[in-house]
Amino acid sequence: MARPATAKPEPAATHTSNQLPNRERPGEPTRFEPTKEQLLEFYRQMLLIRRFEEKAGQLYGLGLIGGFCHLYIGQEAVAVGLQSALEPGKDSVITGYRDHGHMLAYGIDPKVIMAELTGRGAGISKGKGGSMHMFSVEHKFYGGHGIVGAQVSLGTGLAFGHKYNEDGGVCLAYFGDGAANQGQVYESFNMAKLWDLPIIFVIENNQYAMGTSTARSASEDQFYLRGESFRIPGIQVDGMDVLAVRGAAERALEWVRGGKGPIVLEFKTYRYRGHSMSDPAKYRSRDEVQQMRDTADPIERAKKELEGMGVGEDALKDLEKQIRAIVAESADFAEQSPEPDEKELWTDVLVETY
Amino acid sequence: MAVELKMPALSPTMEEGTLAKWLVKEGDAVKSGDILAEIETDKATMEFEAVDEGTVAKILVAEGTDNVKVGAPIAVIAEEGEDASTATAASTTESRAGDAANATPTEQPKDQGAPPIPESAEPHQMETGARDLVHAVDEAGAGDPEVPEGTEMVKTTVREALRDAMAEEMRADKRIFVMGEEVAEYQGAYKVTQGLLDEFGAKRVIDTPITEYGFAGVGTGAAMGGLRPIIEFMTFNFAMQAIDHIINSAAKTNYMSGGQMRCPIVFRGPNGAAARVGAQHSQNYGPWYASVPGLIVIAPYSAADAKGLLKAAIRSEDPVVFLENELLYGQSFEVPKLDDYVLPIGKARIARPGKDVTIVSYSIGVGVSLDAAKKLADEGIDAEVIDLRTLRPLDTKTVLKSLAKTNRVVVVEEGWPTCSIASEIAAVVMEEGFDDLDAPVLRVTNVDVPLPYAANLEKMALIKVDDVVAAAKKVSYR
Repeated sequence: MARPATAKPEPAATHTSNQLPNRERPGEPTRFEPTKEQLLEFYRQMLLIRRFEEKAGQLYGLGLIGGFCHLYIGQEAVAVGLQSALEPGKDSVITGYRDHGHMLAYGIDPKVIMAELTGRGAGISKGKGGSMHMFSVEHKFYGGHGIVGAQVSLGTGLAFGHKYNEDGGVCLAYFGDGAANQGQVYESFNMAKLWDLPIIFVIENNQYAMGTSTARSASEDQFYLRGESFRIPGIQVDGMDVLAVRGAAERALEWVRGGKGPIVLEFKTYRYRGHSMSDPAKYRSRDEVQQMRDTADPIERAKKELEGMGVGEDALKDLEKQIRAIVAESADFAEQSPEPDEKELWTDVLVETY
Repeated sequence: MAVELKMPALSPTMEEGTLAKWLVKEGDAVKSGDILAEIETDKATMEFEAVDEGTVAKILVAEGTDNVKVGAPIAVIAEEGEDASTATAASTTESRAGDAANATPTEQPKDQGAPPIPESAEPHQMETGARDLVHAVDEAGAGDPEVPEGTEMVKTTVREALRDAMAEEMRADKRIFVMGEEVAEYQGAYKVTQGLLDEFGAKRVIDTPITEYGFAGVGTGAAMGGLRPIIEFMTFNFAMQAIDHIINSAAKTNYMSGGQMRCPIVFRGPNGAAARVGAQHSQNYGPWYASVPGLIVIAPYSAADAKGLLKAAIRSEDPVVFLENELLYGQSFEVPKLDDYVLPIGKARIARPGKDVTIVSYSIGVGVSLDAAKKLADEGIDAEVIDLRTLRPLDTKTVLKSLAKTNRVVVVEEGWPTCSIASEIAAVVMEEGFDDLDAPVLRVTNVDVPLPYAANLEKMALIKVDDVVAAAKKVSYR
């Protein structure tokens, strides 16, 4: 009888995958060729994350850090390689709960990060967020989100903002192979491409969604292909090589800044520690972890290249010493800072008073 | 035999509509599927199609006619082989006396299987308990103390008031945009965003795919990044898919970041029971959202409140859940004609002053309460009706003050009783106003079942004026 007044639908056509029209795709990324100073800086950042996380693990063991604490050990090259390619103050970053490394890669003071982990008033979220909920609006770092996959939609919203404000920024939204199976990821892919939003979907594939390997959870375990049905191109990258990561970041930024819409970057990486501090990691063998550490460690790899570039052992040892001092200082700060004032319980629930 | 075409019901709440345009004229041959007319309902403009083959014998309602009741005859179609001019006569005769003998066409149509002509010329209205919920709307008159004396008042529907609020705020602040399903080109599934696309363009009025979880997240992320989104849910029932972002992402951001990251966003759309749409489309989420710290929850009743509070919600630095009501969209109220009519969030309104018993309600329950108050007045009970307007933070002060005067409270809520706003009011009154109580607090709510489809059961499940009257008398020991 009645139907809403709409356009007439087009007659259906048959498409099989080999009839898909050719799409423009980004070129193969090339491995970044750093100056000695650049590589030294990447190395420094990765080492800082490594040592910081090791210390966080210790503090957790001592009961100074509570609740959940997800360490980034093994995955350092991803955050460092990617974020080094961004334009500070212009581009935005959002990630899940494994967020300490991303903050450190932004140069945020390790003291306020560690103090947040120990739940102190001097923490970056006044001790009210914890390990999973840290933010730095100043750095355009938008968290720090505890619901697996939520950051993908939120990041798409940040990218929407970049486009709306015409500020030239790009959003980097990190998520894992586990989050890649969440429905909202694909809702976001669809809108991001529909509106050609400036966003890089970064899949940190560390091969385990908590205890479930990708083999047991992903029907398509080549995650870089996950955007294809939304016409989002993808690139798979060695996430254990900071220079490969940086190279891919540049290719992706070129694509997105060129107004071509979103892109998926899948980084094959590995976390050495459990999913969180309370994970006994019975789902994989010690040998598997040891083999990754021995053959693919991103920090060792960068170290060798630095040596090849003529950086002496003494210089590297000095750097190590400096970093240990920074981390020790942050741990002391985090331990000695007072807990939040009890009045803070009631603050920041709402911005305004009604 | 001639077929009488009647004004169709094209939406669950439609009772009348505008015959916007005829696409055929008398004498035209039509076949099944041809578009005969465009009809404007309370929600949208619909095309009205022919189901039978024949000739347009007579157009009974001219195009441009407003308020054509559902079921009223609008045209007559003569069947194949039937003389169009006599067909008209047949139809009129029949509806008058049921005797078509005089008008029998000379040439009998070959096919005798004529469609039945409905016996009654009375327009038929869909049965629904929802109608009872809206019938007290006229009583909302009681003035708002916020409005200066002598302000011109304009009759405005809730739908228009909401749209005006959005448009005014969007003119003033370029960071504001509206996003949701059918908000732009379709002009709003319930026409609330009508005209916004024309004025503000596709950049600021954005149609989304059917993807509640996704676009709630996109809106929340945009708010975190500094924009001021208005996210429309076609109904709050669909926001269940998105509730994670409303609660986990939007409501907790400011606290979790130690006040560093804000989320100024409005989630709005119709909430509560509509008419005959069944259990999955009929739910009041007021109590759900009102239980969450970090959210502001608003559920207005009148058009003036809808406007003043939506403007306040859009300006708020906090995330706001703004619960509208589909049954109220088409209802008209007096709205003050002021350049910038903004109401305070968190303040209840005395919708009707009284001294004998306090009736607390919100949203569509206010109309039911006002109607009950009128009936109670006939029996010598002077009821004070409080419209909460904001569900979080709850204006308990106004409730307790009224209780101190009347010593009796009835809470009326179009929603389930368990863990409801009514339960909350009862608890607050008991904790903070115990000494003022002369009777136990009574709750008048929907029945504690999923909302049924059948008209009789639906009526039984929803709040009723008589139940409010009975509760008020009971607490008054009358």
